[in-house]
Amino acid sequence: MTNEILNIVYEAISELNELSEKKIEFTSQEKTKLYGSGGSLDSLSLVNLIVLVEQKIEEKLNKSLVLADEKAFSQNNSPFATIDSLVEYIKELLT
Amino acid sequence: MKHNTIIITGTRKGIGEYLASYYLNHGYNVIGCSRSEASIAHLNYRHYCLDVADENEVKKMFLELSKSYAKIDVLINNAGIGSMNHVVLTPLKTVQNIINTNFIGTFLFCRETSKLMMKHKYGRIINFSTVAYPLNLEGEAIYTASKAAIESFTKILAKELGQFNITVNSIGPSPIKTDLVKNIQHAKINSLIEMQIIKRFGEFIDISNVIDFYLREESSFITGQTIYLGGIS
Repeated sequence: MTNEILNIVYEAISELNELSEKKIEFTSQEKTKLYGSGGSLDSLSLVNLIVLVEQKIEEKLNKSLVLADEKAFSQNNSPFATIDSLVEYIKELLT
Repeated sequence: MKHNTIIITGTRKGIGEYLASYYLNHGYNVIGCSRSEASIAHLNYRHYCLDVADENEVKKMFLELSKSYAKIDVLINNAGIGSMNHVVLTPLKTVQNIINTNFIGTFLFCRETSKLMMKHKYGRIINFSTVAYPLNLEGEAIYTASKAAIESFTKILAKELGQFNITVNSIGPSPIKTDLVKNIQHAKINSLIEMQIIKRFGEFIDISNVIDFYLREESSFITGQTIYLGGIS
């Protein structure tokens, strides 16, 4: 399951990179920072990423998820801080 | 005419049923919903039985829609309920029901539709307010508060979605002969109509006329606005 979700997140980021001028580098893999300190996403790109990930989960896993979270825009403990935390968050919602 | 796809909430009766038939006749694919079975049978009409404030049911509907339709062009958040009462005599349950259907329902449909519209960088969202909001009508505190929330929500959503070429506007109907006003005393309705510049009941066509204006390609520069009927401002 973790790998499936990871692939979905990577695919969503690739699509987002095609749309955005500022690209997210995958060099740190799961540790890649997304949102908050050191992350490359601004709030608008984060919204775009969330929408892409939700749509891919629907397409590939046939599950309907709402990734919105009170802490989404928190600088310290956002589930969108890194690829790792995002994958963990999705796993938690799916179980 | 190009067959665009439009979602209309609350299509079983009243304004929603009229709008669904109207846009079907204008060549749209119409997706409607209400708590009960459809009152419309048409090749290009699909109906969902659901409570607009039930997040799971709404998500399920959108999961199906994302598989069946290439894109959603228009959302009309028509579903709404009202209740006339003095605040002192209003049960909490009534307040919760009104806020749930009017505001939460509008929020959920806007959120889910926006996600599909953002993908295609196009969309028109129309929410329903009321003239009771600018008029601050006694006896309609909760209904009006729910619609005031929709107006603020509409303005902010317009800002958040503008960069995706999605416009978000609202319409504030004056009294129209529907179930929503049939239980209100004649004297009360007449005094409300007297407050309008144009003193008559609104007609369904007055609603579709404003929506048609918002839907025109030339209206891509119109967003975050509310148009009230009857000359109320």
